[in-house]
Amino acid sequence: MINASLKQLSQALAAKKISSFELTQLFLDRISRLNPALNAFVTVDAEKSLNSARAADARIAAGTAGLLTGIPIAQKDIFCAEGWRTTCGSKMLANFVSPYDATVIRKMESEAGLVSLGKTNMDEFAMGSSNETSFFGPVRNPWDQARVPGGSSGGSAAAVAARLAPAATGTDTGGSIRQPAALCNLTGLKPTYGVVSRYGMIAFASSLDQGGPMAASAEDCALLLNTMAGFDERDSTSLDRPVEDYARDLEKPLSGLRIGLPKEFFGEGCNAEVMAAVRSAIAEYEELGATTVEVSLPNSHLSVPAYYVIAPAEASSNLSRFDGVRYGYRAPDYGSLDDMYMKSRAQGFGEEVKRRIMIGAYVLSHGYYDAYYLQAQRIRRLIANDFVEAFKQCDVIMGPTSPTTAFKLGEKAADPVQMYLSDIYTIAVNLAGLPGMSVPCGFVGGLPVGLQLIGNYFAEAQLLNVAHRYQQATDWHQRRPTGIE
Amino acid sequence: MNQWEVVIGIETHAQLATVSKIFSGASTAFGAAPNTQACAVDLALPGVLPVLNKQAVECAIRFGLAIGAEVAKKSVFARKNYFYPDLPKGYQISQMDLPVVVGGAITLQVGLGEKAYEKVVRLTRAHLEEDAGKSLHEDFHGKSGIDLNRAGTPLLEIVSEPDMRSSDEAVAYAKSLHALVRWIGICDGNMQEGSFRCDANVSVRPKGQAELGTRREIKNLNSFRFLKEAIDFEVQWQINEIEEGRRIQQATVLFDPDTGETRMMRSKEDAHDYRYFPDPDLLPLIISSDWIARVQGELPELPGQMRERFVNELGLSTYDATTLTASQEMADYFESTVAIAGKANAKPCANWVMVDLAARLNKEGRELTESPVSAAQLAGLVQRIADNTISNNIAKKVFEALWNGDGDNADEIIEKQGLKQITDSGAIESLVDEVLAANAANVAEFKAGKEKAFNALVGQVMKAAKGKANPQQVNDLLRAKLSG
Repeated sequence: MINASLKQLSQALAAKKISSFELTQLFLDRISRLNPALNAFVTVDAEKSLNSARAADARIAAGTAGLLTGIPIAQKDIFCAEGWRTTCGSKMLANFVSPYDATVIRKMESEAGLVSLGKTNMDEFAMGSSNETSFFGPVRNPWDQARVPGGSSGGSAAAVAARLAPAATGTDTGGSIRQPAALCNLTGLKPTYGVVSRYGMIAFASSLDQGGPMAASAEDCALLLNTMAGFDERDSTSLDRPVEDYARDLEKPLSGLRIGLPKEFFGEGCNAEVMAAVRSAIAEYEELGATTVEVSLPNSHLSVPAYYVIAPAEASSNLSRFDGVRYGYRAPDYGSLDDMYMKSRAQGFGEEVKRRIMIGAYVLSHGYYDAYYLQAQRIRRLIANDFVEAFKQCDVIMGPTSPTTAFKLGEKAADPVQMYLSDIYTIAVNLAGLPGMSVPCGFVGGLPVGLQLIGNYFAEAQLLNVAHRYQQATDWHQRRPTGIE
Repeated sequence: MNQWEVVIGIETHAQLATVSKIFSGASTAFGAAPNTQACAVDLALPGVLPVLNKQAVECAIRFGLAIGAEVAKKSVFARKNYFYPDLPKGYQISQMDLPVVVGGAITLQVGLGEKAYEKVVRLTRAHLEEDAGKSLHEDFHGKSGIDLNRAGTPLLEIVSEPDMRSSDEAVAYAKSLHALVRWIGICDGNMQEGSFRCDANVSVRPKGQAELGTRREIKNLNSFRFLKEAIDFEVQWQINEIEEGRRIQQATVLFDPDTGETRMMRSKEDAHDYRYFPDPDLLPLIISSDWIARVQGELPELPGQMRERFVNELGLSTYDATTLTASQEMADYFESTVAIAGKANAKPCANWVMVDLAARLNKEGRELTESPVSAAQLAGLVQRIADNTISNNIAKKVFEALWNGDGDNADEIIEKQGLKQITDSGAIESLVDEVLAANAANVAEFKAGKEKAFNALVGQVMKAAKGKANPQQVNDLLRAKLSG
C-alpha cells in the first residue's frame, strides 16, 4: 500500500480491502517514525486526520464517495486550512490557526474527500530553493539526508519521496513544485496561471504563484489536478473555463509529437551528467514517435533578473499584512507603534524574506520604479512572446528542470545568487504563465534528475499525456530511496 | 489682503452607497458593533483575495456621466503601500495612473441674491478606492483599539482642479458636489458619519502672478462650516507668513474646530513613498460601451438639465432655478407644486418653496422631507392667491394654519376661518367711507402732501376689513375719494 498509485488506492478503498482509517493510520505511523529525521511535516494532527478518514469511510459506505475519497494527502503549509496551524514556514505565523479553508483545501478535502495527513515544511513564505529558509528547520532529502530536497515545496517533495504520503500539494512561483520534484524523483505539475485558485494560498508573488500536484506519477498528478482546478469567484485572476478531465488524454500515442529544444537550455550552466540524462530521455521520446526541433527563447537569460525584481516587488507588498497588529508574531517588548512594527517584523521574518522585502521596496520606490519594475514587466512580455513564437514550431518544450542534482545542506545557503540560479530553467515558465512539469528521467551519482516539460497555455492534459507515456516506457519514477522502508 | 489671490483645489471622498464592501461581501451599514462587519478579506487574513464589487463601479460610471467626464474603458487598481494599524493589508487598493473617471466639470452658483454669480469648476479625475478602518484611542487604558467595520468601504475620490478663488467658492463647490452625489444616488451624503469629507489644497499668490504658490493640504473637513473656517484661517496664516518674509513649506495640516486653527501634521519631507504599483490580485477594470450606455439610460434628469428647463419652460430666473435644483428633494417638491398649481404659477410656487417654506423649515430645524405642508397643499394655497380668493398676507396665515394642521387644505381653512378676500366694491367703499370719516387728521395730512398719511389710511381700511379686503381695490377707492 505504501507505494501504491492513487488509482490502486482508490480501487482498494472501493473494494473495502482497506479502510481510509487504516490507510491514514498507516501513513501516520510512517510519519511518526520517519519524520523526525526528514522534517518534512511541520504540523501533524492524527486526531483530525483520523476524523476525516472516518468521514471518508462513511462516504464510501454510503456510496457517495468520489474517486479519491479516503486517500491521504500532505498539504503544503502555504494553504490555509480551517482549524489547522498554517505557518508558511515562518516564525511570523508559527501560532496562526486558520479560521478558514483555502479553495484548494475545500475542493480537495470537503468536496473530493481526500484526507489531510498534515502540513508540510517549506521555505519561509515560499522564498527559497532548498527548504533551508524555513523557521522550522531544513528538510532532508530522502535520497541523501545530507542534501536538500529543493524548495520551496521541499517538505511536500520529501514526504512523497519517502512515502510519508501518497501525494502532496505544492505551489510554484519560480520553480517551487518542479525543482523539488526533480531533486526528489517526483512528478510535479505547475498549471497555467489561473487554473488553480489562489484563494487561501498565502501569497508570495501574486502574478506568479500557482498551486499544483506533486506525486509519484503523471497519472496521479492528473487525478489530483482534477480535484484542485476550476474557476473560483473568490480569485479575480482565476480563469472561468469549462471543467476539464486532465486524465482524458493520458494514453494518447506520442507519434507526431513535436518537441522543441530551446538552444538556450542546452548550452552552458548545466551539469554535464544532468544534461546527459535529459538528452537520453529525449532520445527515448524519439523512440516513442516524437520528433525534435531546435527552438529559441532569446530572452531567457533575462528571466532570473526580471523575476528577482517582480517577485520581491509583489512580496514586499503582500507581506505588509504581517505587522503584529491582528494576528501572527508580535515582539514581546516595544515602545512606540513604529517600534512595534520594526521589532515584530525584524524578529518574525527570516533573513531571506527580509532580503526580498527590501529588494522589493527598493525597486518600487520613487525614482527607481521605471528603471526596475517597469523594465522587468517589459522583459516579462518579451519572455512570454518568445514562448508564443516557439510554440509555432512545436507542441511541447523540453529541457532540464534544474541545472544540478540535489546539493548539500548549507552548500548554497550563504550565496543567494547561486541559490537563485537553481531556478534558471523554471522561472521563465512562471513569468509567461505557462504550465510546466518535472518528470524523473535518471540518476547521477544516486541522485534523481528531472526532465522539464513546458506546454502551451491550458495544455495540462497534453503535458500529462506526454509524461505518462514516458513513464510507461521507463521506470525512473518508480525508483524509491533506500533506508526508509 | 487685496493684493493676494487665493487658489483652492478640493479632494473629496464620497462613500458609495453600496450594500457590500468594494472588495468583499461584508456589509457597509454604519454603526454596528466594532469588527462585526469585517470578514476574512477585510481583516487581511493570510491568503485572502479581493473581488471587485460591480455596484461600486456603476456608481463611478454614474458620476462620470453626470459631470460630463470621460469614463475610462480601462482603468487599473494600484496598491498604495504604508503601515498603519487600521490599514489591515499594509496597503490601500486605490487607482493611480489610470483612474475610472477623467475630466468633467461642475457649474455652481456662488453667493446669494444680486451678488450671486455662476462659476465652473473643472474636475481632474475621480477614482475608486477602499476606506481604512478606525483607530479608537479612548477606553483602552493607554492602548489603541481597532475597528475594521469601515475597512474596505467603497470610496470615490473626486479631485478638482485648483479653480476656486475663495472659501465661498470652495463651499459652493462642496455643496454642489454634495447635492450631485446624492442626486444621482451614489452617496448618502451623511457628513457626520463621514460619508462625504473634503481635503482642501490651499495656496496664495500675488494677484497677476501666473505661477501657483506653495500649497498646504487641510485634511478631513467634514462640514461645510469647517471647510470655510479652515480655509479662511489658512489663507490668513499663509499671507501673514509671506508678508513677514517666510516661505510656505508644502505640508499636510489638520483643522482644529475648537481653536479654529490649522496645525501641521507632516511636512513634505515626512511624506510617505507609497510605492504604488498595479495590484496583481485584480485584473484591469474594463468598462464596455454597452455598460456605459445602460447606466446613461438609467440616469435621472441632472440638476443642470433641470435648471435649464426651469428657465426655458417656466420662465424662472437662473438664480431661482439654481436654488431649486440644489437638491433632489427641493426640486421634486417644487415640481410637484407646479404640477398642481400650473406652469403659469411657477414663479409664486418658486417663491413659496424657496422663501416662506424654507424659512419656516429652517426655524424648526426640519428637512424638506419632513415638511408638514405637502406640495399639494402649497399648490392649493398658491392657486387661491392667483385667483384673488386671498391676498398674499392672508396666505401667510393660511400657510401657518396648514403647517399647524388646522385643516386639510387651503380652501378648508379659508372657508372655516372666513378668510376669503372681500372684492365687493360696495362693501369696500363703505369701509373706506367709515375710515375717512374717523381719521380726519390723516386726511388733512395727506392733502397737505404727506404721502405717508395715505398708507396709514390704507392700513386702517385693511384693519377694518380684518385684512381680507382686496388691497388693490382699497388703494384705488381711497385714492379716488381723496382726490375727489
